[in-house]
Amino acid sequence: MKLLTLNFLTCAIKSCKTSPASFPLHPRDAELEIVEADVNLAFLQNILPRLMWAELRTIASELGLPTLPEDIPEREALVEGRGEGEGEGEGGEQIPSQTAKDLHRVLLETCIQEGKLVCGNCGHEYAVKEGVANFLLPGHLV
Amino acid sequence: MSRPEDTLPPDLFYNDTESRKYTTSSRIQTIQATMTHRALSLLHLTTPSLILDIGCGSGLSGEILSLPSSSGTPGGPHTWIGLDISSSMLSIALEKDVTGDLFLADAGQGVPFRPGTFDAALSISAIQWLCNAETSEESPEGRLKRFFGGLYASLRRGGRAVCQFYPKNDAQKRMVSAAAVKAGFGAGLLEDDPGTKNAKTYLVLTVGGGELDGDITGVVRGLEGVDVVDQRRGGKGKGAKRGVEQKGSKAWIVRKKEQMERKGKVVKASSKYTGRKRRIAF
Repeated sequence: MKLLTLNFLTCAIKSCKTSPASFPLHPRDAELEIVEADVNLAFLQNILPRLMWAELRTIASELGLPTLPEDIPEREALVEGRGEGEGEGEGGEQIPSQTAKDLHRVLLETCIQEGKLVCGNCGHEYAVKEGVANFLLPGHLV
Repeated sequence: MSRPEDTLPPDLFYNDTESRKYTTSSRIQTIQATMTHRALSLLHLTTPSLILDIGCGSGLSGEILSLPSSSGTPGGPHTWIGLDISSSMLSIALEKDVTGDLFLADAGQGVPFRPGTFDAALSISAIQWLCNAETSEESPEGRLKRFFGGLYASLRRGGRAVCQFYPKNDAQKRMVSAAAVKAGFGAGLLEDDPGTKNAKTYLVLTVGGGELDGDITGVVRGLEGVDVVDQRRGGKGKGAKRGVEQKGSKAWIVRKKEQMERKGKVVKASSKYTGRKRRIAF
C-alpha cells in the first residue's frame, strides 16, 4: 500500500468517524518496499492540495524515513522549466523538478508490504499482507 | 439463468476457481472493458486523477484506468484504489501485478477514507451484491445507506461516480437509486440496450453540481444515441397543470359564460368586475 493511500485512509469503525484521532492510521512493524513507477507530474499537481502534510511527516518519521521538509512544497516548485517544444507556454512538456521526484518517491513508490495499521482512537489493528490491507469488520463494529 | 447474487454471498461465490474463470474468460474481459470505457466517458476526467474502484475484483477495470491517455483512457494514467470483498479475486490481482492499491473490504460497511479524497469513483458489476444481506443483523437498505453515505463523503465536491450494476428487477433499481439520492447525490440512471438480455444499467452520481450545467441530465449531454427520459415529478415548466384553469377563477367564469351564450341563454355582459368578490365595503 502506497503512502499516498495511507494519507487518505481512516478507521472504518463507526464510533471512530467523529474522532479526529482516527486519522491517520499508524503503521506498526511495517516492511517497506520501493516499487518503481513513472513520475506523473499532472497527478502530483492535482493531488497536492489534498494532502495532509503534517500527518504525512508524522508517518514518515514513524516509518524511519528521512525527515520531510517542514512545509508542503509549492505547486510551482514541482516544475523545473519546460522541455523543448514549439511555441511558448503550452507547447513544451513540463519537466518535474527534484522536489517533485522526491515527493513521487515518498508518495507513490514507497509501499507498505507487510505489517499492521493501528487506529489512534480505538486501537483497532488492520493487518496488511502482501500490500493488501484487511478492512473487513466483524458485524458488531459496523 | 440463475443470478449468482441469489446463490451465495460474494466472498464465498468468488472462490479460487470462480475468480479464475471470471478473470480468464475473454467474453467477460471484453464486456468489462466496454463497460469501463463507457463509465470513463461518463466521468469526464481531463487530468490524471485519484479514482476509487468499488468491487475492483482482479483489477480488470483498474488496468484500463492506469493506461496513458494515448491508449484510450481519457485523462490517464490515473491512480486508483480498489476495494473488494473476495480474497481470491484480490490474489489474482496481485499475481497480475496491478498498479492500484488493494483493500479487502465490504462496501456495505462503508468507505474508510477521509472526506474529499477522490476525484471520481467507479464500480463495474458490483453494487447489486449490496442488495443482499447475509445475516439478520444487517439489511440491504442499511448496507446501501452506509455505502452511499461513505462514498458521498469521500468524493470531492464536483466529483462524479458511475456504478454499473445488474438490477434484479425495477424495485431493486429504485431501491439503489433512492439510497443514492438520500445520501445527497444527484442521481440518474443510464440504460444501454434497454429491454434486451444484455441491458446494462449505469447509475450516474454527482456531488454538489460543480462544473455540471443544469441537472444530472447534463452528464450525458454530447453523448451520442442517448435519450433523456425525465420521470421526476413536478419538473420545471411542465408542473403546475398547464392549460387547466382553476374552478371559480375569472378564466373559468368567462369560459362558462361563452358556453352558455352559445346555447342561446341570456348572459350578463362581461366587465372588469367579472369574477371579483363582493367585498364588504363598510
